[in-house]
Amino acid sequence: MRAEGDIGPPELDPARYWPLLRYLDKAGAAIAPLPETLDGRDRLVPLYRAMVLTRTFDQKAVSLQRTGRLGTYASSLGQEAVSVGVGASMHSDDVLLPAFRDHGTMLWRGVTMTEILQYWSGDERGCDFAGPREDFPVAIPVASQATHTVGVAMAFQLRKQPRVAVCILGDGATSKGDFYEAINACGVWNLPAVFVINNNQWAISEPTRMQTAAATLAQKAVAAGITGSRVDGNDVVAVRDAVSRAMDEARQGRPQLVEALTYRLGDHTTADDSRRYRDDTEVSARWQEEPVLRLRNYMVGRGWWTKADEEELIRDVRAQVDAAVEDYLSMPPQEPAAMFDHLYETLPPSLAEQRRMVEDSDG
Amino acid sequence: MAEITLVEAVAMAQARAMQDDPTVLVLVLGEDVGKDGGVFRATDGLLARFGPERVRDTPLAEGLIAGMSVGLAAQGFRPVAEIQFMGFVYPAVDQIVNHAARLRNRTRGRLSCPMVLRMPTGTGIKAPEHHSESMEAMFAHMPGLRVVIPSSPAKAYGLLLAAIRDPDPVIFLEPTRLYRAVKEEVDDDGEAAELDRCFVLREGTDITLVTWGAMTRETLAAADALAEEGIHAEVIDVATIKPLDEETILASVGKTGRCVIVHEAALTGGFGGEIAARLADKGLLSLTAPVRRVAGWDTVMPLPRMEDLYLPSVARILRAARETVNYQ
Repeated sequence: MRAEGDIGPPELDPARYWPLLRYLDKAGAAIAPLPETLDGRDRLVPLYRAMVLTRTFDQKAVSLQRTGRLGTYASSLGQEAVSVGVGASMHSDDVLLPAFRDHGTMLWRGVTMTEILQYWSGDERGCDFAGPREDFPVAIPVASQATHTVGVAMAFQLRKQPRVAVCILGDGATSKGDFYEAINACGVWNLPAVFVINNNQWAISEPTRMQTAAATLAQKAVAAGITGSRVDGNDVVAVRDAVSRAMDEARQGRPQLVEALTYRLGDHTTADDSRRYRDDTEVSARWQEEPVLRLRNYMVGRGWWTKADEEELIRDVRAQVDAAVEDYLSMPPQEPAAMFDHLYETLPPSLAEQRRMVEDSDG
Repeated sequence: MAEITLVEAVAMAQARAMQDDPTVLVLVLGEDVGKDGGVFRATDGLLARFGPERVRDTPLAEGLIAGMSVGLAAQGFRPVAEIQFMGFVYPAVDQIVNHAARLRNRTRGRLSCPMVLRMPTGTGIKAPEHHSESMEAMFAHMPGLRVVIPSSPAKAYGLLLAAIRDPDPVIFLEPTRLYRAVKEEVDDDGEAAELDRCFVLREGTDITLVTWGAMTRETLAAADALAEEGIHAEVIDVATIKPLDEETILASVGKTGRCVIVHEAALTGGFGGEIAARLADKGLLSLTAPVRRVAGWDTVMPLPRMEDLYLPSVARILRAARETVNYQ
């Protein structure tokens, strides 16, 4: 492994070719004028609300897991701006192909908290989204959703529909062949696809510098002949701007790769203990950059958000989460034989016997 | 009606499926399937007839071919994707087992995967290394798939049409050795053959020979030789190995009391073991002799100079059949 800082061919200056888009600094002060279409209380409050909802939901999910009422769960703590920013940049008839940490995007698109909890409790019905019927369920095998994105985007292109397939991947996913195969194919066919890398710096215990010697992940687009860009993933305004622009380009048949730089403030999942491989000092430093406080500071500074607004929002969001948890906990389990009912459109006779055995089984 | 080869039947079925599909959902994709018509010509003429949107050369990436087929299928298309040789399918297996086979189940029917992944299988044409394996049992072990292997031009036409029309993913294995070995009259009538069932190729009363794909040829030849010795063999072509039509096999063995299973794939973990287990489970009392398997050796597939020694021969089938019939 190379030392930190010793990365990339020296002739490639990432700051020149892949400048980092950012509007709000760590403290929430505007370092550049915000795009007009994104600025303003009415535009920012929904993003803020969605980020707070995502964080509250994540916290509740982790506590449900800790108390034995949920299975292993992957929190998106610290990455809410990427998640929400992507969701808010999509049209409702676009299709999302998420990894497994994109709850904010899924919630924005109408997947319910109850469904997400159901899935992570180990119940397939949680992937039968009542809302976005064409969106893919989470992809657990890393990067495997990237090539599905090619097929979905090709479907839009063949039907001449102005829709975009949006794939979210982690930084670890960019080490896999699937990722390259997918962006490469999108380049060959000019497909309407956007790949967003949620670069949260850690793939379980491996930091990004163990994944690649490339100075950025955005530059991997070059080898595929598509456009890459970088954005501060803790600045939801910047994410919203970068991804919206990428979506516009993709809709014209120019596939895009967007690297969003953020940080995984939590463990990989509830089954992980990140203290084994990273310093608390690193994590506490990163808490100073987190996206929710950043946007709140900006809105407070503009006089758009008061203590009373915050208190009301927290109350409201908690009530929503609690109601979803109640729904989730009161859901009757699936019938045991349900494991056979969606294997094929019609269950072959040879499997009917096994289904009967499950139905008749007393354990 | 024209006499055509198996590979021509494969092309004819794809053309038929595309022509009969006013919604333009059937797509053909893979490496070299366009201008080249596939390295075996299994997609010959399709590009000229249906255009580059529906007949698409892909980058050289099997994981991509399978993965994009999953995406297209989830969107309602019916991709018919070619993997150039079975030996190159492994990068695509992740997509097949982790997504194609389970998309319907994991979304509780919200999304489905009506795709066909076609590929040549088996040895016998003196092809280079990695071009000759028979790995059908690997796919048969994956819940949610159909695994289909035609044994003749007519079966290839009918079964491939059925596979393309099937609402679930189908692994369609085309025996390389049969691509041009025989010609048969095949009517391009758009009639699909039945999936999920075995075909009795020859009726008999003394012994059941169960096989599929290219080994139907040696097995039928063995049945001819046995007939000259006064032994009447029933020959079953399994055709769809998953889901398995055990009824037909059990009924036949119920009649003959004896069974030899013949396959080209390596013995251990081969699909013959599954059939033998079903017979032990549900047909034991009708058996008058142990079930025998004649299969490829448990060796790495030899390179072409020794491939004939690997393939189960008519002589090996005859020996097993005679021993089974004479078992006391």
